[in-house]
Amino acid sequence: MAKPEASIWRLMESKGYSRREFIHFCRFAAITAGVGAAGLPRVVEAFQSRPRPPVVWLHFQECTCCSESFIRSSHPVVADVLFDYLSLDYTETLQAAAGHQAEAALHDTMRNHPGEYILLVEGSVPVANDGVYCTIAGRTAQDILAEAAEDAAAVIAWGSCASNGCVQNASPNPTGATPIHELIDRPVINVPGCPPIADVMTAVVTHLLVIGGMPELDSKGRPREFYGQRVHDTCYRRPFYDAGLFVESWDDEGAREGYCLYKMGCRGPVTYNACSVTRWNEGTSYPIQSGHGCIGCSEDDFWDNGPFYRHLPEFPGFGIESTADKVGAGAAVAAGAGLALHAIVTNARKRGEIDKRVAGSVKETEIGEGGKD
Amino acid sequence: MARIVVDPITRIEGHLRVEATVENGVITDAYSSGTMVRGIEKILKGRDPRDAWAFTERVCGVCTTVHALASVRAVEDALDITVPPNAEIIRNLMFCSQFVQDHVVHFYHLHALDWVDVVSALSADPAETSRIARSLSNWPKTSPGYFADVAQRLTTFVESGQLGIFANGYWGHREYKLPPEINLLAVAHYLEALDWQKEIVKIHAIFGGKNPHPNYLVGGVPCSINLDAVNAINSERLNHVASLIKQAVDFVEQVYIPDLMAIASFYPDWFAHGGGLRNYLSYGDLPTEGYGYPDSYKFPRGAILDRNLAEVHEVNAADSEEIKEYIAHSWYEYGAGDEEGLHPWDGETELNYTGPEPPYDQLDVESKYSWIKTPRWRGHAMEVGPLSRLLVAHASGATDVSEVITEALGRLGAPIDALFSTLGRTAARGLETRLVAHWMQGFYDDLITNIKAGTTSTFTRERWEPSTWPATAQGVGLTEAPRGALAHWIKIRDGAIENYQLVVPSTWNASPRDAQGQRSAYEASLIGTPVADEDSPVEILRTVHSFDPCIACAVHLYDPDGKQITQVQVQ
Repeated sequence: MAKPEASIWRLMESKGYSRREFIHFCRFAAITAGVGAAGLPRVVEAFQSRPRPPVVWLHFQECTCCSESFIRSSHPVVADVLFDYLSLDYTETLQAAAGHQAEAALHDTMRNHPGEYILLVEGSVPVANDGVYCTIAGRTAQDILAEAAEDAAAVIAWGSCASNGCVQNASPNPTGATPIHELIDRPVINVPGCPPIADVMTAVVTHLLVIGGMPELDSKGRPREFYGQRVHDTCYRRPFYDAGLFVESWDDEGAREGYCLYKMGCRGPVTYNACSVTRWNEGTSYPIQSGHGCIGCSEDDFWDNGPFYRHLPEFPGFGIESTADKVGAGAAVAAGAGLALHAIVTNARKRGEIDKRVAGSVKETEIGEGGKD
Repeated sequence: MARIVVDPITRIEGHLRVEATVENGVITDAYSSGTMVRGIEKILKGRDPRDAWAFTERVCGVCTTVHALASVRAVEDALDITVPPNAEIIRNLMFCSQFVQDHVVHFYHLHALDWVDVVSALSADPAETSRIARSLSNWPKTSPGYFADVAQRLTTFVESGQLGIFANGYWGHREYKLPPEINLLAVAHYLEALDWQKEIVKIHAIFGGKNPHPNYLVGGVPCSINLDAVNAINSERLNHVASLIKQAVDFVEQVYIPDLMAIASFYPDWFAHGGGLRNYLSYGDLPTEGYGYPDSYKFPRGAILDRNLAEVHEVNAADSEEIKEYIAHSWYEYGAGDEEGLHPWDGETELNYTGPEPPYDQLDVESKYSWIKTPRWRGHAMEVGPLSRLLVAHASGATDVSEVITEALGRLGAPIDALFSTLGRTAARGLETRLVAHWMQGFYDDLITNIKAGTTSTFTRERWEPSTWPATAQGVGLTEAPRGALAHWIKIRDGAIENYQLVVPSTWNASPRDAQGQRSAYEASLIGTPVADEDSPVEILRTVHSFDPCIACAVHLYDPDGKQITQVQVQ
């Protein structure tokens, strides 16, 4: 049995928080996590009995924008995530150890916490030429991924690189860059975006760890909580679209009034993401609010569906072109039909399997902590 | 003689491996290897030049924005577009906020743990830490109770047995020299900086919609200015920017610089280690009268050879004789032979891995050993980065830069030669952060002045449509990334990208030897560095981190002009 490790309640207690304050904190967390008052007992249970779950964060073909986004999280702030919510045992970006000591930290976690650690993957995996296009400590990314995924409680693909291959996967994909769900024989929670929104990233992690299960996933393995609606559906400029008021050229009168960017190539109508609701950088803005169309960075193959400034009527496979330029109510109806086309199919098997693994992890922890609280 | 391998080098961007030979406790030779490649230039070929900023921005998410800026400038240079003054200022504001955020994060979260012993902080006296903190600056969070809370949080964390990101660090290493109280101060500011860094980048979100990876635009910036609309850059948005700039100046002046000075004072030896190359290159940036007027830049353009600060050489990135790239030790091949050097406009490359089959223990350093190419300026290996920028500025007579350098060296009791070192590089990064934070305030004031005068344009429309472009065009876009000189070269034909190439800061610094056997900056700087414990080579991290490595930037595939492109192996 693993030695007792500090739970969030113990950490708070040691900081001088009262039990009443702890329960208040749990209530807030429950609401933040979207489970409401009914979920409070589960949150309290999780916070008071579980040690900080071990987490491994692997980096492959990426630009580290996902890690950078993660540390922009405002609720919770990332210092609290790192110190109170989880134990980030391996991440090349932030960890103190280097070289063989870093690799030892990775292997210690895999060996000591099989079936318990959460695997976060940033970056695609190059499979061309036997994987020589990405090696760490002399091993290929593919090899490292296979080993780390084997005993993980859950696997999260951070960003578009890990979820759909992103820019290096764009034609002609010189290195055979591959999203991780194509390489491992187990469910992957995809959190696409280039990068994903900071607070979405921490929300997915805390949902997994705190609630002890996953939100529903759509057919592409994305949490429906954040990828269930198109940017266009909740865009605050949507009324201008419906009214036929468009930016026709950069910095024209329409741009200066903040009209709809549809004609400037905005991909909001075909992009499923939380940008127009959650927004970026603690709600400061999102691309459309700052005058540039959405480039669709959370969608598969978005790099090859350009050019970015060609507007959607010429966009393959999108059905509103016949009415978009006529504008008004007709366009709104057509766009609504577009939403129906994107049937959000919950992958019950996938969700069930993840729940089972995470629940299993919790259960073992409960045994380890039995009678101590 | 021992061969030390550090792979992965952590607390950097990207995948870097260092192999070093140690004799009698001193590094006698070193090899730097980038171990990941993506091929973004090849992917760019045939695409709309106006989209290139978005692709190249994804070269790096740590120094996000810098590739977008180099890219739009390259396209604007090719198409002879001059952006409006407000667009130039907004780009400068985004540049400055990127620098401040990136340098603060580098100091506290990527570099500090090479100097700061986290575990030692557990034995600190919080009251003494408070006294020290109050002697250093007027920063408000300095009470004994505050530091006692931080110490308690750290104690609880360590006693949990789950050290997370601090697991397996070199704690207790005898080369850590700070007293526990300074270690505690640094840990407290590690946490504060982690919280603060997310604020300054809101400037990117305001002007570019998001961070990381805000939006750029060929011909200007995507945001409009309209003080009569809620839906544009208006008074509220400008106030937000002003407030963030003020916070940035405060944090840099009251936390970052005092910490830098305090920590540096305990490591005087490191002003003598890690000097490496004697040549420094800066393209310069932060135009005050337009990108087309390098004489107006806050950071001047130029090169210094052999540490001769009496002479600044002119640099012309469009001159085919100045910048060339070599692949003698890189996993590529040239049609004319691997000993050739090619100017980026005439670049020609093909991936050709000849290294050991993974898993491997050692690279064959006598042959090719990296995915990073080796650039040279007039045949010279050049260091790029904050130190190069400050030296070029100082040598060019930029008095505001010279004043900041002189003041800091005076406080440390060090001569200017002390800058040619590992710690000199780290100090230079802090000093330029001071400069940039204050310049940012100046650019903001300039923007307000323009708006007051009724000048609100942010975009130049004339050459937006490809129908207005010549059949062929070529351009180069220069900037300074936080890690140093950055340039993109583009060739456009019939409205599409014919060729696109990047030479980035860490390509200059992290590259392998050239055909003549000249070492690049990392390798040269490591030679002579002492290593007290070969199993825990914290000294290697100190020197390598002093460059702030960014390896995803450094490694990319150069697009050949011709048929060889189809030979790249894709399975």
